[in-house]
Amino acid sequence: MFRMIAVVAGMGLALAATAEAETPRKGGTIRMTAPYGSSFTSLDIHTTQRAQDEIYAKALHRSLYIWDSAQGKPVLELAKEDVVSGGGLVHTFKLRDDAYFHNGRKMTADDVIWSYNRIMDGSKAYPGARFVRVIEGAAAVEKGQAKEISGLKKIDDFTIEMKLTDKVDPGFYFFTALTSIYPADEGAKESFIQKPIGLGPFKFVEHVPGSRIVLERWDRFYKPGKPYADKVIVSIMAEAAARDVAFRNKEIDTSVLGPAQYVAYQSDANLKGTIVDVAEVFTRYMGMNTAFKPFADKRVRQAINYAIDTDLIINKLVKGKAYRATSWLPLTSPAYDKSMKPYPYDPAKAKQLLTEAGYASGFEFEWTTSQNESWGLPIVSAVIPMLDKVGIKAKVKQVETAVLAEVVRTGDYQAFIYSQQSGPDPLAALKCFHSSTPQPACNYMNFKNAEFDKILDEAGQADDAAKRTQLLQKANALLYDEAPVWFFNYNKAVMAVQPWLHGIQQNPTELTHQNVEELWVDETSPAK
Amino acid sequence: MLSFLIRRLLQTIPTVLAVVLLVFVLFSVVPGSIASTMSDDSDPQVELRMKKQLGLDQPVYMRFGAYVARLATGDLGASFRTREPVTTMIAKRAWPTLQLIFASMAFAVLLGVPLGFVAALRPGSLVDTVSMVLAVSGLSLAKFWLGLLLMYLFALRLGWLPSFGYGDGGLKYLILPAVTLGVSPMALLARTTRAAVLEIMTADFVRTARSKGMSETRVVKWHVMRNALVLILTTMGLQFGALMGQAVVVEKLFSWPGIGSLLVDSVLQRDIPAVQGSILVVVLFFLAINLLIDVLYGVIDPRIRYA
Repeated sequence: MFRMIAVVAGMGLALAATAEAETPRKGGTIRMTAPYGSSFTSLDIHTTQRAQDEIYAKALHRSLYIWDSAQGKPVLELAKEDVVSGGGLVHTFKLRDDAYFHNGRKMTADDVIWSYNRIMDGSKAYPGARFVRVIEGAAAVEKGQAKEISGLKKIDDFTIEMKLTDKVDPGFYFFTALTSIYPADEGAKESFIQKPIGLGPFKFVEHVPGSRIVLERWDRFYKPGKPYADKVIVSIMAEAAARDVAFRNKEIDTSVLGPAQYVAYQSDANLKGTIVDVAEVFTRYMGMNTAFKPFADKRVRQAINYAIDTDLIINKLVKGKAYRATSWLPLTSPAYDKSMKPYPYDPAKAKQLLTEAGYASGFEFEWTTSQNESWGLPIVSAVIPMLDKVGIKAKVKQVETAVLAEVVRTGDYQAFIYSQQSGPDPLAALKCFHSSTPQPACNYMNFKNAEFDKILDEAGQADDAAKRTQLLQKANALLYDEAPVWFFNYNKAVMAVQPWLHGIQQNPTELTHQNVEELWVDETSPAK
Repeated sequence: MLSFLIRRLLQTIPTVLAVVLLVFVLFSVVPGSIASTMSDDSDPQVELRMKKQLGLDQPVYMRFGAYVARLATGDLGASFRTREPVTTMIAKRAWPTLQLIFASMAFAVLLGVPLGFVAALRPGSLVDTVSMVLAVSGLSLAKFWLGLLLMYLFALRLGWLPSFGYGDGGLKYLILPAVTLGVSPMALLARTTRAAVLEIMTADFVRTARSKGMSETRVVKWHVMRNALVLILTTMGLQFGALMGQAVVVEKLFSWPGIGSLLVDSVLQRDIPAVQGSILVVVLFFLAINLLIDVLYGVIDPRIRYA
């Protein structure tokens, strides 16, 4: 009996200790890194779509929705309620009445409407326009045919009505910083770009171009008790080796790891526990131009998938820092089908398919690639001998990443290797293969398949979520069979996080994009 | 002297114009455009609108004409990426770059010149051998690797200095990047000084000075050092220009907020106004330093005339 009481008491104490250890601590500085370049593009987040810029923007700004990594979907942020009507096209948002900009002014419906109208200024070509365009009348503003978005109406100071052009989940369109809500009065001023004002948990303090952005706690943030930290410093660190030294030296709290560092950290007992990874919504692939005769034949495209030992490349070259692709939609997509199996490595089957397609003696093609270590030249170099085994010769055409982006849009290629966003919205991701999507948009392979279009259209109209998912999975399976690409991998984003930093979210849209108000540092942090 | 300065300043105009033309033409013909790096929009019209807004829909000669006209008024245009005036962007980064360049050169001169002198005064000695081994190593080391090595040693192992960043712009943040950048010119200055001093030591006027009974210290101070300075200054002038170029690597490695990292990102994203502005500033800096060196020649050696 005493033993039992002791065990129960012990368990109680242990639980209490755990709860205490997990109780967020107030104060301290969070020291994040921005690893994707030598600078931030702009302090006007409406103008930049780089992942680098959204790292600081997640602390400074807020949008109508926010990505909830625990739920794996966007959830309401600046609105408390969304009432859907009009056959799924009309959304009435009840906005928060406790959200204050960093200049102390309360956010109202006018700010939301002003921000979306600004983003649709066609003369500025803001990247967020591709999201706001889903509101009825937004395209007319973009083309200069109207001054205000007709589908956006202010009901009262804290209620707006949004009429959409398609029956989609607006959460997927209004959660990134590209659609951040600006203060209508301040946002129009020239000074805004030097000292931005947002609704986020941290307010702007300082920007040292090419080095860092410093933000401090906004005490009137609308989530009670948050943020926890006093300050956030986002340091620009483009060099992986320099990040590694700084991380080991405890000068930074987070560091993005490349394949080589991923292996090194895994084999180091002191660093292994710092690794956080997630399957990001990016699919790496080799796109095949169907206007090039051999690739017009499905059997040839399938043969390429059979001819490449993809697992070997992922293990040896990408150092296991990727998940094998089983079709287009990635692991973290809500419509991912766990039963899907990747193309097995089967050169004999590849040879057989090539013979059936009339290419028994093979053919030659030009493969355009960048130098990217995870989806560029090193991968192409490893694949070439595998293709050679089944009689296919590949000639490499190496270009810069900026040039590759143009090449794939213009269709000026026979094959290319690329990394493309394939989520988080599965419908939008698969729509890139719809025949109505132009090649320069995102239908880079100029894929056209009537059956695929029909399934996708049905999915778009489906009211029942389960049915929609089922249809999306069917479309994804059809893509697998049609093989417009060599399905290579889904990116495994890997970050090292110091043990004193808590609350990291495994965000599949981009691991470095953290809802900073959830993060906190304990007393062991050097910047406590 | 004044006419010399005016003449030299006028000579810089064709140089600047040639650089402006070269950079402009180069970035007009290389593939890739800002529009493709700034937007993933599914509507192809967006890219066209963006090109129109940035003036990229105009023929190259018209764009060049407009650029030169603006340049004549001191306007470097606005960045395609940030939409900020390029002059503002450069102004924010000029001071950190100047800090880095001058600190590197100070390190190079303070270490390289004495090292070269000592080596030359005792040719073949252990000091000479060690100095020259150091000099050759300094010239051969890749900056990236050296920077990492210094980070590892002084930040991670010894904990004396921060491994990266600008901090408050203080000395402790400057030391590692400045030493990384300064090792190569230090090595070159050591070798140049040694060679110059060795040559001067065997010159007729030095032998004459010695035969007249002048002490070795006075010979070195009044004859050798003064004559060697001309060559040292020439090397320094050339190295200033080289440092501006090499700073790109060091700034990126140490997250130093200079013009170099601005240039790298601008090139990668095809931000033509920012690239042109940054290169123009680098060229002007190089020309200014060389002009200063030319003026200093006359101060050191009165035989050099400005006619």
